[in-house]
Amino acid sequence: MAQVTFLEAIRQALFEEMERDPTVICLGEDIGVYGGAFKVTQGLLERFGWERVIETPIAETAIIGAACGMSYLGLRPVAEMQFIDFIGCCFNQITNFVAKSNYRWGAPVPMVVRGPSGGGVHGGPFHSANPEAYFVHTPGLKVVYPSTPYDAKGLLKSAIRDNNPVLFFEHKFLYRRIKEEIPDGDYTVPLGKAIVRREGRDLTIVTYAAMMHTSLEAAELLSKEGVEAEVIDLRTLLPLDRETIVQSVRKTNKLMVVHEDTKTGGMAGEIAAVVCEDAFEDLDGPILRVTSLDTPVPYAPSLEERFLPSVNDVVRTARELAKY
Amino acid sequence: MKYPLTREQHLELYYYMRLNRQLEEQMVRLFRQNKIIGGLYSSSGQEAISVGTAYALEKRDWVAPMIRNLGALLVKGFRPRDIFTQHMARYTSPTKGKDGTSHFGSLKEHHVVAPISMLGDLIPVMTGVAMAGRYLGQEIVALTWIGDGGSSTGAFHEGMGLAASQRAPLVCVIENNQWAYSTPVSRQVPVRNLVERAKAYGVAGYIVDGNDANAVYQTTKEAVERCRAGHGPVIIEAKTHRMKGHAQHDAAEYVPKEMVEYWKARDPIARYERFLTQNKLWNAKIKEEIDTRIEKEIREDQEFAENSPFPPPELAEEGVYCEGPLPNEAEWLRPIEEVMPPKAGAKPAWTVKDFGGLEHPTPEVVAESSSDGTAAAAQKAERASKRTKKVAKARAAALSRGRR
Repeated sequence: MAQVTFLEAIRQALFEEMERDPTVICLGEDIGVYGGAFKVTQGLLERFGWERVIETPIAETAIIGAACGMSYLGLRPVAEMQFIDFIGCCFNQITNFVAKSNYRWGAPVPMVVRGPSGGGVHGGPFHSANPEAYFVHTPGLKVVYPSTPYDAKGLLKSAIRDNNPVLFFEHKFLYRRIKEEIPDGDYTVPLGKAIVRREGRDLTIVTYAAMMHTSLEAAELLSKEGVEAEVIDLRTLLPLDRETIVQSVRKTNKLMVVHEDTKTGGMAGEIAAVVCEDAFEDLDGPILRVTSLDTPVPYAPSLEERFLPSVNDVVRTARELAKY
Repeated sequence: MKYPLTREQHLELYYYMRLNRQLEEQMVRLFRQNKIIGGLYSSSGQEAISVGTAYALEKRDWVAPMIRNLGALLVKGFRPRDIFTQHMARYTSPTKGKDGTSHFGSLKEHHVVAPISMLGDLIPVMTGVAMAGRYLGQEIVALTWIGDGGSSTGAFHEGMGLAASQRAPLVCVIENNQWAYSTPVSRQVPVRNLVERAKAYGVAGYIVDGNDANAVYQTTKEAVERCRAGHGPVIIEAKTHRMKGHAQHDAAEYVPKEMVEYWKARDPIARYERFLTQNKLWNAKIKEEIDTRIEKEIREDQEFAENSPFPPPELAEEGVYCEGPLPNEAEWLRPIEEVMPPKAGAKPAWTVKDFGGLEHPTPEVVAESSSDGTAAAAQKAERASKRTKKVAKARAAALSRGRR
């Protein structure tokens, strides 16, 4: 067991999978000599060489297309988006070519697209995005968004070994801020399984990624007021672990969803619909959402602070919900 | 001819082109009888390109067809029944009715990647196929086609850029059929020949009469050899004309009548028939045998398609995800140790040969590694270049050599 950062856990997963399986290769912008914009891939080139750590032009469509083509010959490419915001540049390749491949003609695409996402670091409108909802809406993809180093490593390994295209979002706020003891060597965390981070009887908070930590902090404050919140970390957004959500709501009878993505059309609406379909009779109050504002991510710290959900926002909403 | 063909091979080229045309003409009849479910595209007038290029490949090579490359699918081993069932949305089709037209492929058996409707996307995908083939030591070439219209897409440019920078064994055939749907090529591209762009990507370019099956075959064969020898991607511009509308619904009244006449006189199949006759490669009896065979194959396969069921509705819910093993596991034709530590490592540093100022007209950056696929390909090319002395001038000479 060793203390590692969120970022180090991801790097370990890449190293170990490349050691284990010669079909695993990485491609992306500045990932070799420089080690990537956030240094996630540092050391890979030295260990695995140019054929397995491929420096590409600034051409996201080409990166995704090439990774897809490689996967048709049995490789397991891991493509890096320098910032996940740039995934918009290759939206077509991912949603039309990659996602539909297995359904249309039985050609699976075992590839991973990973990259730093999320706000809170004053990255402004183009270096802070949470674009998960676009892709959760795309059949054929899997979408993973971990919150802890242990999960990041175990889920990335599962993503690489999966025979389907997996988008792996790495919240950059967590990269160096979150540390945890994780086992040395190989382990995996299954895709599609949520986890109960904190047990509680009064209400359920469904969340993921950086907001998992915000929600846990809020839950501790609420506890002092006598409100025991159950916190569920989704970890995988597609496929969604409906069972864990519904089970918790059946116990607490109240649900709120906390995410950093904007509100309209976000994950929270989908989760609310799932609970209405499967556990409507169990609800004792409205399903409430704590999300970012429906705006682009602003740059100035005062604006971004207003934009992002805070611990206070979660606590306030939970108090309101607890009254029902 | 630099790459001579046997009499049987010449006849086979004819067979595929004729089959391509007869099959499409039969589908037009089916379309009018409402037996084709969706749209129907025609490659009439462009058969020499699909067939001539695909015929220049080895079985192990990979292709990704576009909507007007039915002939290439036939050369790659698909049969008329696959085409009929695809268009008629039958359960027996390669996609079991999940997709239509030429949107099908097969990874393991045919090495054919299924296209999508968004143009240009296949260029990066086939670049990846080419790179993976090289990585696995398979010595394959990846070939795909694109129209004059599709060559304007961002995906095309990004893909060519990546392929060039990786020296990927990719052959990109631009079928310049003069029309992007209803817009003439001159209104899309401000260069006379699309192949002029090859220079900008830093790849070899050839231009060829796309209605001359022999020329198409010879040029592609040379391009494929270049690729296989490690010289990097090739663009071939094949000049041709789309003799029908964009699809069945389009009467193509925007095409000047004189232009149609001009190209009608250059019909690739009639031309090839004359070539076979002039060179005494066949006689009336042989032609009749081939035509009868085609007629029989089309009749039988159409019957098969018409007697095939539509897919059961519940199939709509299946196959979004791959639940089982990969159908095409990596096939290693080189020692795996070469790509594994400790052998695979590289010094994480760039060697910059000059500093990019104007006094250095050819800035060059070379990755410092012996195991780099790119560098290895470059070295291989350099060695080949020294051997033949021709290759150094090949790029410049390509244009005139390819012109017939």
